[in-house]
Order: sequence, then structure tokens, then C-alpha cells
Amino acid sequence: MAGKTINIKVKVWRQGGKYPKGQFETYDLKDVGTDMSFLEMFDVLNEQLVSKKEMPVAFEHDCREGICGTCSMVIDGQPHGPMKGTTTCQLHMRSFKDGATITVEPFRAKSFPVIRDLVVDRSSFDAIIQAGGYISVNTGQAQDANAIPIEKDTSEKAFDAATCIGCGACVAACPNSAAMLFTSAKVSHLATMPQGKVESQKRVQAMVNQMDKEGFGMCSNIKACEAECPKEISTDNIALMNREYLASVLGSDKEG
Amino acid sequence: MNWFVRLLTSSLGRKLIMSLTGLFLITFLLVHLGGNLQLLNNDEGKSFNLYAKMMTTNPIIKITSYGLYFFILLHAVQGLLIWNKNRVATGTKYAVKKKSPGTTWASNNMALLGTIVLVFLGIHMGDFWFAMKYQTWPDAEAGRELIKYTLDDGTISEAKNLYGKVNWSFSQAWIVIVYLVSMIGLGFHLWHGFESAFQTLGLNHKKYTPFIRLVGKIYSVLIPALFALIPIMYFLGMRFPDWLVFHFI
Ligand code: HEM
Ligand code: SF4
Ligand code: FES
Repeated sequence: MAGKTINIKVKVWRQGGKYPKGQFETYDLKDVGTDMSFLEMFDVLNEQLVSKKEMPVAFEHDCREGICGTCSMVIDGQPHGPMKGTTTCQLHMRSFKDGATITVEPFRAKSFPVIRDLVVDRSSFDAIIQAGGYISVNTGQAQDANAIPIEKDTSEKAFDAATCIGCGACVAACPNSAAMLFTSAKVSHLATMPQGKVESQKRVQAMVNQMDKEGFGMCSNIKACEAECPKEISTDNIALMNREYLASVLGSDKEG
Repeated sequence: MNWFVRLLTSSLGRKLIMSLTGLFLITFLLVHLGGNLQLLNNDEGKSFNLYAKMMTTNPIIKITSYGLYFFILLHAVQGLLIWNKNRVATGTKYAVKKKSPGTTWASNNMALLGTIVLVFLGIHMGDFWFAMKYQTWPDAEAGRELIKYTLDDGTISEAKNLYGKVNWSFSQAWIVIVYLVSMIGLGFHLWHGFESAFQTLGLNHKKYTPFIRLVGKIYSVLIPALFALIPIMYFLGMRFPDWLVFHFI
């Protein structure tokens, strides 16, 4: 199964070690199989770098099947690259032309500081989740599946929001570096489920306050997030969060 | 912190202020346009001058106008503060940035477009509002005259000839160009702003959002175009035909 191959140049952001301030380095790669994933292309590049006793390019990855959300990078100006609804690990080299120069940068946002090369610190997202992205239940025996009824379309809505993998592409795509799509996906997912409704008023305030504290920007409803999100999370969730937030602040005693 | 202060200083609360003041301004523009279209009546300014007199003397309109000044300032200051905060939040720029599919140029440039409108407001208010309110009338040398009108019931009403001032301003090419550019700026601001205000309020549902979008697109083209029609027609010396006399209020 001899597949097609292409020759490319990869222009990668290097930061840390030899490059204290950060700069682009361009590497030539020959005979790249088009069936390779984008991350496998980086594996090949890194093997070449290691054999030349150079530092490999640091990038994050874990599942390599589009569900963990770690493989963050901006490829030719788009978070997770040119393919709609696809993470970097699920992007293949057949999406690029022979002879292309591919520019790869880390996610850029004040609240996502670069750790090394393409790796950024996304613990600001963890802080938002810790502020309210949970439900308080005692674990025990598994419940009967039908003990808490939920309508099918409601559960589907909740599931759509729940598919957010917390990758941060929405922040990376946003000209304001706002974290609204991520936060609203979590707020929306939990507020829609019966188990999550219980704490929803406190949750929305707590998560929005934390989002502000982490220094993310504000939403101008540009909707670049929705366009670049690998899970195609809808900005309808942002409207839902705006509603939930107002209703909670104006209509409840809760404070986040 | 007090819940109210917390609401108004949170990111969502600050956008709520943008949305509510923006919608207020959208409503104001309709009223303002209605009054101004009387400038196009072919009556040497009678209907417009009497309307302008009523606007500057009616106490309810006076109170409303202070609200308007406050909301414009609040919208502009808050908008520029938000723009600045977002700039700080963004940090390092990308070397390559591709426009995300489905996003509009207007939505990416709201602060620039708002600033065009703000500069315009400065020129516009200086030219007419300031002249009307704070300069001495009559002043024959500066072209500010008073005209006595006989009303329908036979009484005489003396009004400032603001029409004459407008006529003079809109004979200057540069002023007409400033107005046209500003109305294009306003149109783009509202191309995004109209529907954005509803999303900010959380009013988004497939039942009515397409309708809001449509109204927003029509508004953002039609209203600035009608405003722009006034300086264009004045510059070309045109008025409504005699059979069309538009009375507002
Ligand atoms: C009569 C004139 C104006 C009208 C009708 C208007 C209307 C609006 C509306 C409806 C929005 C959308 C609010 C939202 O997204 O929730 C908006 C946003 C905005 N306006 Fe205006 N505006 C006007 C003048 C101005 C001026 C003078 C400025 C001054 C700089 C300005 C700056 C902004 C900014 C920066 C935003 C975007 C805020 C954001 O989403 O980040 N606007 N405007
Ligand atoms: S909303 Fe989309 S882009 Fe944002 S973190 Fe979740 S999956 Fe990633
Ligand atoms: S590596 Fe897990 S989503 Fe890409």
C-alpha cells in the first residue's frame, strides 16, 4: 500500500532552551506520507532533530483519537488546522499540498502562557472547571437508568454541549481571547441535565467570575470560536449562559 | 462586593450594558431619522424649523435628551474599555491569521467602526446641536437667522432657521463626504451590532433569531442610507416632490 508522498517545509515556533525569546525555525521534510496524521509528521521531524542532536519540537498529545483535547496548535492561522470539526491529531497530511510551507504556532492568549515551543499552560481552564463545572453527589451504588427522567431532545442538547473536549481552540481562535464557548458549553451541559440543574444558579456565577479572574477577554459575538471548534460546539450555548447568568444574578440569592 | 456592582463590572454585565445602550441608540436613530427627513420637504424649511423648535423647548424631550447623552457616552466609553481589555487579554499576535469561516469583517472591527461614529458625533453635534443651543440667534454674519411662521391656527411662531444652517453645511463637499463615510461606518457597526445585542441578552432561538437577523440587516442598510440621503440631496439641490410633505409627530 504505497501511498502518495509530499515534500513540505514546516515553519515552527520554537521557544525555551536555545530560543529564550521564541522564534520561528523552518525545517524541510521529504517524502511525507499523505496518510500520516499531522502529529505523526511531527514525530518524523523530531526523530530527524534527535538524530542531529537537536532538541525535538515540544507539542502536546495524548489520545490521538480526537477526544482528549491536548493536541493544541495553530496551523496556517487556524487552531487545529484547515479541516472543519477536526483535532490536530485527526488531521492528515493529505490536507496539504506538495511543496507547501506550513506555519505552526502555539495557541496565543495571555491566559495560555507558552511553556515550551507549541505547549501552552491551560490550567486557567482547570480553574474554571474547579469553580463550578461539577455536580455534588455522593458516589454509591449505580442508579437505575430510568430513575431520573429526561426528555430525549433535552438529553441530546446536553450531550452536544458535553462533547467539548476543553482543548482551548475557541480561545485561540477568538480575536478577544474570550473563553465564552468553553465555559458556556460546560454551563449549558450541566444546566440542561436534571442532576446539574440543582446547582446551576450558583455554578454559572462561579464559573463566569473565575473566567473573568483568569483574564480572558469578553465576547463580541464574532463566532470565530464556533467556526474553529473541533467539536463544533454552538454559540447558542453562549446565549444560554448569558440568560442563566442574568437569571441567577437577578432572580436568586445565590452568589458564585 | 455588592451584587449590583459585581453584575455591572463582570464581563457579561459589561456586555449587557453595551447591548441595552446599543438597542436604545437603535431606537433613538429611528426617531431622529423621522425628524430629519422633514428637511427634505420642499417648504423652505418650515416643517423642520418648527419641529426643531418643539424639540428644544418641550420639557419631556429635554429630559429624554439627557438620558440620550448619558447612554451614548456610556456605550462609547464602555466599548473602548472593552476593546482595550480584549487587546490585553490577547497578548502575542499570530504570525499567520486566517479569517474564520462565517465571521464578518464588521464583527472584528466594532471598536474602529464605533470610533468613526464617535468622531462623527463630535462634528455633527458641534455643527448643529451646539449652534442651535449655545450660539446667539440671530447672527446675520454667521448665517443664523430667525423666521416668523404663521401656524395653521393663525398664531405666529418665531423659530431659529436651523434649516438654513443645514443647507449651508451640506453645500460643502467635505462635510457631505464626512457624513457619507460615517453613515457607512454606522451601517457596518449595526450590520453586526443589531443581532449581536440580542445574542448578548441571551435572546437566541431558532424560532425568532432568523427574523432578528433579517430585521438587523435591513435596518443597518436602510437607516444609514436614509440618513445619507439628506446631505446628498442637499448637495445636489434636490428636495421631495411637492406632493410628498412628510410630517413627523
Ligand atoms: C448611534 C450610534 C450607535 C449605535 C446605534 C450602536 C449600537 C451598538 C450595538 C447594538 C452594539 C452591539 C452590542 C452587543 O454586542 O451586545 C454595539 C457594540 C459596540 N459599540 Fe456601538 N453603537 C453606536 C455608537 C458607538 C460609538 C460612538 C462607539 C464608540 C467607540 C461604539 C462602540 C462599540 C463597541 C466597541 C461595540 C462592541 C462591543 C463588543 O461586543 O465587544 N458604538 N453598538
Ligand atoms: S468549546 Fe470547542 S474549541 Fe472550545 S474548548 Fe470546547 S471543544 Fe475546544
Ligand atoms: S491528542 Fe487527544 S484530541 Fe488530539
